[in-house]
Amino acid sequence: MITEKASINEQVMLADRDDDTQFLTFMMASEEYGMDILAVQEIRGWEEVTAIPNAPTYVNGAINLRGTIVPIIDLRVRFGLPQIEYGALTVVIVVSVVIKEATKIMGLVVDAVSDVYSINQETAKDVPDFQDSENSQFVQGLVNVGEKMVVLLNLKKILDLEVKQNEQLVVGG
Amino acid sequence: MSIDLSQFFDVFFEESFEGLDIMEAELLNLQPGYEDSETINTIFRAAHSIKGGSGTFGFTSVANFTHVLETLLDQIRDGRRQLTAEHVNLLLQSVDCLRALLTALQAEEEPDLSNANELKVKFEEILGGKENVSSDTADSTSQGQESQTYQIDFKPLPHLFKTGNEPLYMLSELSELGDLETHAFCDAIPEIDDFNPEDCYLSWRLYLTTSYPESAIKEVFEWVEDDAEISITLCGGLFEDDVSVFTTPELESEKKETSSNETQNIDVPKINPATKAKPEASKKSAESTSIRVGIDKVDSLINMVGELVITQAMLTQLGEQEPTENTLAAMQEGLAQLAHNTRDLQENVMRIRMLPISFVFSRFPRLVRDTSQKLNKQVELKLLGEQTELDKTVMEKISDPMVHLVRNSLDHGLETPEDRIKAGKDPVGTVTLNAFHQGGNIVIEIMDDGRGLNTEKIKSKAIANGLIQATDELTIEEINELIFRPGFSTADEVSDISGRGVGMDVVRRNIQALNGSVEVTSAKGVGSTFTIRLPLTLAILDGQLVKVAKHTYIIPLISIVESLQIDIKKVSKVGNGLEVLRLRDEYIPILRLYQLFNHGGAIEELDKTLLVVVESDNHKVGLLVDDLLAQQQVVIKSLEANYQKVNGISGATILGDGRVSLIVDISGLIKLSGLKRPGTQELLVEQELDEVVS
Repeated sequence: MITEKASINEQVMLADRDDDTQFLTFMMASEEYGMDILAVQEIRGWEEVTAIPNAPTYVNGAINLRGTIVPIIDLRVRFGLPQIEYGALTVVIVVSVVIKEATKIMGLVVDAVSDVYSINQETAKDVPDFQDSENSQFVQGLVNVGEKMVVLLNLKKILDLEVKQNEQLVVGG
Repeated sequence: MSIDLSQFFDVFFEESFEGLDIMEAELLNLQPGYEDSETINTIFRAAHSIKGGSGTFGFTSVANFTHVLETLLDQIRDGRRQLTAEHVNLLLQSVDCLRALLTALQAEEEPDLSNANELKVKFEEILGGKENVSSDTADSTSQGQESQTYQIDFKPLPHLFKTGNEPLYMLSELSELGDLETHAFCDAIPEIDDFNPEDCYLSWRLYLTTSYPESAIKEVFEWVEDDAEISITLCGGLFEDDVSVFTTPELESEKKETSSNETQNIDVPKINPATKAKPEASKKSAESTSIRVGIDKVDSLINMVGELVITQAMLTQLGEQEPTENTLAAMQEGLAQLAHNTRDLQENVMRIRMLPISFVFSRFPRLVRDTSQKLNKQVELKLLGEQTELDKTVMEKISDPMVHLVRNSLDHGLETPEDRIKAGKDPVGTVTLNAFHQGGNIVIEIMDDGRGLNTEKIKSKAIANGLIQATDELTIEEINELIFRPGFSTADEVSDISGRGVGMDVVRRNIQALNGSVEVTSAKGVGSTFTIRLPLTLAILDGQLVKVAKHTYIIPLISIVESLQIDIKKVSKVGNGLEVLRLRDEYIPILRLYQLFNHGGAIEELDKTLLVVVESDNHKVGLLVDDLLAQQQVVIKSLEANYQKVNGISGATILGDGRVSLIVDISGLIKLSGLKRPGTQELLVEQELDEVVS
């Protein structure tokens, strides 16, 4: 019985590997970024947040998501991009990611949601070695979709608040 | 077809641990020489279930060990062996041993059998000589009695099969005891149209010729006592009055009145594990993640949800009607009802988390017994208010501090019997645990009638440790308070029971982490009392909403001493820019919340703001806020779950308008402000204040 189960599992995994992974992509400063769609819980409009004292600059605050307190991260600030006014298109992508054995639910503020692509992970190129940029740790790979290039993100690194970016980090903390 | 038994392992372990808890509690109740058969039966049944379960699941080490234990218990309950204190000790040790074995098995580790084997040898020594230890079942120990014939009437109730019992197995088990003659009665079988295949329609009359005692026969039927009519009668005169352990005293006396030559029906009294042991089984298991909820609580919840649904239906209907004056009024009424329903529901859901404090108390009899034996002290433990209810989370966390306090009372508080006699006291000391509700708090008192705190010793120790100055004038309360300071232990020698130097300060810190407090009162020679005060629940908090810049924060109402407008003339600045307010004869450091939290846009002029004076760890500080808003009960939510620990913030909540608001953590705030040097209890400012005053 055990061997049967194992072989079924193997088949499932093989099937997975053959299938393409689906990525949700979004726009930020005219660049298109993608994240594994399985991590995405929901997409919401921007709403007022409650500030968290002495939080890193990229943490906007926390919102009430049906009874759960969810921190909101401004991805532009996290990447060191210039901030813009939040508008009608500004969205919050709520993701759930396992960080250090605990499932964390967080919201990411991005300019706008773009598309869903099926991408074969093996076609993804490694990140070129930007020597100086701390941001490269947030990038999992680069893929071409038609004419466009999409940056696939490493959510675990982005949402791990202990991973520092640039120098503009934790005040007080 | 084979069934994967491992899916039942969890249930087996849970039940076995509960069984061990029952055994432990009942063993502690046993007084050698005064044992009552019901207590021994309860212990026996618990052991029997563990043996049965472990045998079924293939844990032979446990089954074999439980078997010897059960043999001894069986002899005691049959009156063939007198219970001694040695037996009780050995049985208690084997409970520990079984717990260790089961824990190892649960963790899928190889259990360490050395302890079990040692105990087994001891059991066999006790059992040896007179009894045949190697015999296969507990019941065979009574071999050598003459064969007797019993008439057994076994009439299962129709629902027998649904309880998972199979009469055929019982019959074959009986046939192993001796010669069995069976007569089945089929007259209750209905017409085929009325026949329910899940019901049992058969009944039996059995004649069993056996050398085993009647108790062995009863054991076969032990699990179906409630699901069948069973009567066991001895045929042919030789009735032994004392065979039946199930006989209640009433039956016993009845029996004496009837002539002993008559055949007698002894109905098995309706005391069986299902009804009798269950309430006890729900004792303990404080660590388990599931809780047992009383059916009354569930019923009342269902009622309330029912009402809620009705109200909701009414509102939906009203919403679909043409809006008129009348429907508006009805709608408002409906909404009021909805609010009422919701509040009731909330209160009752919270009640589900409430469990009687006996879950914690029940571990103390054993602790007191073991500790007092180790210390050669005679101690009586009194438990009061065991039914007082407390939130499950609080309960789990209060247990360790309480153990510490009780050990302290036993070790330091109570004197040795000789000293007690010298002092004119009863040589048996008393430790009392008392729990009761007071306001929104639960109060737990740990009282002993020992020597009380030695204020002289505490004072000299505190001076030696530099906690106080030799010249300080302290009241008795202030001196007693010193034992909660870190690194304070008056025990001259470090014993393995208490006095490791990590003492009362840890107790206090743990209790404060639950938003509670602990105090001590003591009188020399009369005893000391530790009083723990805890909020009933950690899930809800009475909060004061305050405004800081454009942000709303919540300060726990329990820590607020007073709120006031600042009189600028009474504010003075001490070193490194710290401001203090002279309030009556105290100096209160002022913490500007907007500074600590890094918020811009707050009112900075002292005379335009409000000061909320709060107390934590016996230190008073003033929090500067822009305005006081409403007071309300808030449901505490974790900020850490999806984010990380924030200094000065203990959690978050959701306000009426759906926004998130953060709850201020006073002791965290004091740390954040840098008022306190790490590792010390003194606020930095207090030393400076002394200078200002002098």
